[in-house]
Amino acid sequence: MHKNHSIKVDGLTRVEGHGNIVVNIKKGRVEELRLEIIESPRFFEVMLKGRHYSEAHHIMSRICGICAVSHTSASVKAVEDAMGIRISRQTRLLRELALCGETIQSHILHLYFMVLPDLLGQGSLLPLLESDPKTAKVGLSIKKTAGEICRVIGGRLVHPIAIIPGGMAHLPKIKELKTLRKDLKASFGQLDQALELFSGFSIPDFPESNDKLTAKKEFISLRTTRDYPIYHGEPYSSLSGPLTIKRYSRKIIETTIKHSTAKHARTKRGSFMVGALARINNNHRRLLPKARAAVKKADFTVPSTNPFLNNTAQLIECFHLTERTIKLIDQITEKGITRESPKKPTKYGRGTGIVEAPRGILYHRYTISRTGKIISANCMIPTAKNLGQIEKDLRAYVPTIIDLKKEEIRARIEQMVRAFDPCISCSSHIMKVSFK
Amino acid sequence: MKTSSQRPSVTFFSFTSCEGCQLVVLNAAETFPTLLKHLKIVNFREAMDPTSDQYDIAFVEGSISTRTELRKIKDIRANADLVIALGACAAIGGINCLQDAEKPISIKKARELVYGKDAGKHRLLKGTIKARPVNQVIEIDHYLHGCPISAEELLTTLTDLMIGRRPTVVNHPVCTDCKMAGNICVFEKERPAHAPPMLCNGPVTRGGCRAICITYGETCWGCRGYVDNPNIAEHIKTLLDHGLTVKEAKATLTLYKGYEELKNKTGRPENA
Repeated sequence: MHKNHSIKVDGLTRVEGHGNIVVNIKKGRVEELRLEIIESPRFFEVMLKGRHYSEAHHIMSRICGICAVSHTSASVKAVEDAMGIRISRQTRLLRELALCGETIQSHILHLYFMVLPDLLGQGSLLPLLESDPKTAKVGLSIKKTAGEICRVIGGRLVHPIAIIPGGMAHLPKIKELKTLRKDLKASFGQLDQALELFSGFSIPDFPESNDKLTAKKEFISLRTTRDYPIYHGEPYSSLSGPLTIKRYSRKIIETTIKHSTAKHARTKRGSFMVGALARINNNHRRLLPKARAAVKKADFTVPSTNPFLNNTAQLIECFHLTERTIKLIDQITEKGITRESPKKPTKYGRGTGIVEAPRGILYHRYTISRTGKIISANCMIPTAKNLGQIEKDLRAYVPTIIDLKKEEIRARIEQMVRAFDPCISCSSHIMKVSFK
Repeated sequence: MKTSSQRPSVTFFSFTSCEGCQLVVLNAAETFPTLLKHLKIVNFREAMDPTSDQYDIAFVEGSISTRTELRKIKDIRANADLVIALGACAAIGGINCLQDAEKPISIKKARELVYGKDAGKHRLLKGTIKARPVNQVIEIDHYLHGCPISAEELLTTLTDLMIGRRPTVVNHPVCTDCKMAGNICVFEKERPAHAPPMLCNGPVTRGGCRAICITYGETCWGCRGYVDNPNIAEHIKTLLDHGLTVKEAKATLTLYKGYEELKNKTGRPENA
């Protein structure tokens, strides 16, 4: 029974930003498939032109409300690199703490508000909040604690205030950190409940290609020799090994695509994946014990290539990051918190800042003039890198579900796109340009 | 209101923005069970599939920056009893309208800079227009200011609407909030010699934010737009007294208020 289907999802819901999906199936074959990115462009390069370096992180944070701490961190790192500013250990620890908080809260937001409704066959989390508030509130509670980390360090969750070039504009009180630590300890129990809830749903099969060449999916993330990468690390590819920060921007090719206001990225091997699944595939040996236990409980094999498992990877990361934040808090409180003024610039020129945002590797590069003004900027955004892979995986997946009813196919397609946790507002705002 | 006997239905739409203000709404999710006893949320793309095209109150986030958005916002106005601007991009244009005030560039040029020479032919790019706040296209009934909005103001507004009271917009400068927060004035703070001159836009910026940025060690960037009747000339003098050049002083005002600054300069923005 070979069917013709024309599926169009206008205004994909439960994702960050604006996108459409178009799939045309003729006689049981996928004739046309695209993920259209219709987000309005925002021209951040025009905004940044000529601004003082002390404003860059403030402006760039506004690329995305959901990963604002990541953009702020990458931005201050780029400025600090360009201007030869060396930050203190305390600053580094505080920033990593905020970044861990953002990633946990972003993952939980995605899992509970965007993914869970699919699994329950509902349109949003609201019905669950009414029918089974206890289950829904587990997610809200983990998210709240994680958001509280960002508030204590940065002043608020959406667009942090205190992270500035050279240091931190505000320091938390030891008492606040101790309260956080207590709440984070309590998060483990809630994370166990979350893992149990999500493990209860079966994960759709994803066809692994028999063709050896195409079966090799490339995963790119940061990697360090010591820790699981969040604030630190060098780019690493699961297929070609270490890519240095310097070579990174040359290895990734970005092109403008007809059906997208976000550019698509690829390496010479083609499309690749970034984000939680890529990080775990590349760094699973550096996961902390509670996350390793979660890997076992979730029956997760490393490496995994099924994109639906990105959701599981996010949940495993929440275990790791909660454990990590507790360690960071201990390291900070052990030595006490000292007042420091922002560190001094020693030069001007080009600099790069790279961090792991919740959705994957995030890269900012600026050139700063002698007078401290931004001359040029280049950002490479996680979701822009995943767009090509999303389309490729959909092409592989759709033929396996082609015998389902049209509505079912449509729902599965949406579910797969959501598994990548695309952050479309970010992806279309970016740029590679020099101002004259 | 159309459905005065029932719970009023509320919808959220987002235009050109970072969607951070919608996130502030989602982050207040623990209040939802209580809120939902009094109102219905029918549309919230970031977190739910749409349930209805009928709504009484529309919250709109983001600036208008494409022809499609122009059409859509007009439809929303026609459908809703109340339209409320959610955050700086919608209320005053915000970061989206930021550009070099000395040398504003055309939208065509901006497009080419980012997407290359053929950007004008790109199906999804050719409809781009200069970003503007929503009140330049339709009438707005109420404003929630800030980048991002404050959850506290959002809940106050929702409470006002539920009990049928007209919500109000704060009209005092950030300085008032800052004094109440017990902060040392930014202009009085000691700064390391290498730090750039401190610029605070609190004296001319609308308050209601509890001066959160100054409390967390930064300065007022002006995200809530001008307070009514600001004394800009005097404010610029203050900035000059603290070591800024005229150009730098003006630049600080354009960070969020670029739309208004540009309008003051040229009368009307292009493509309006």
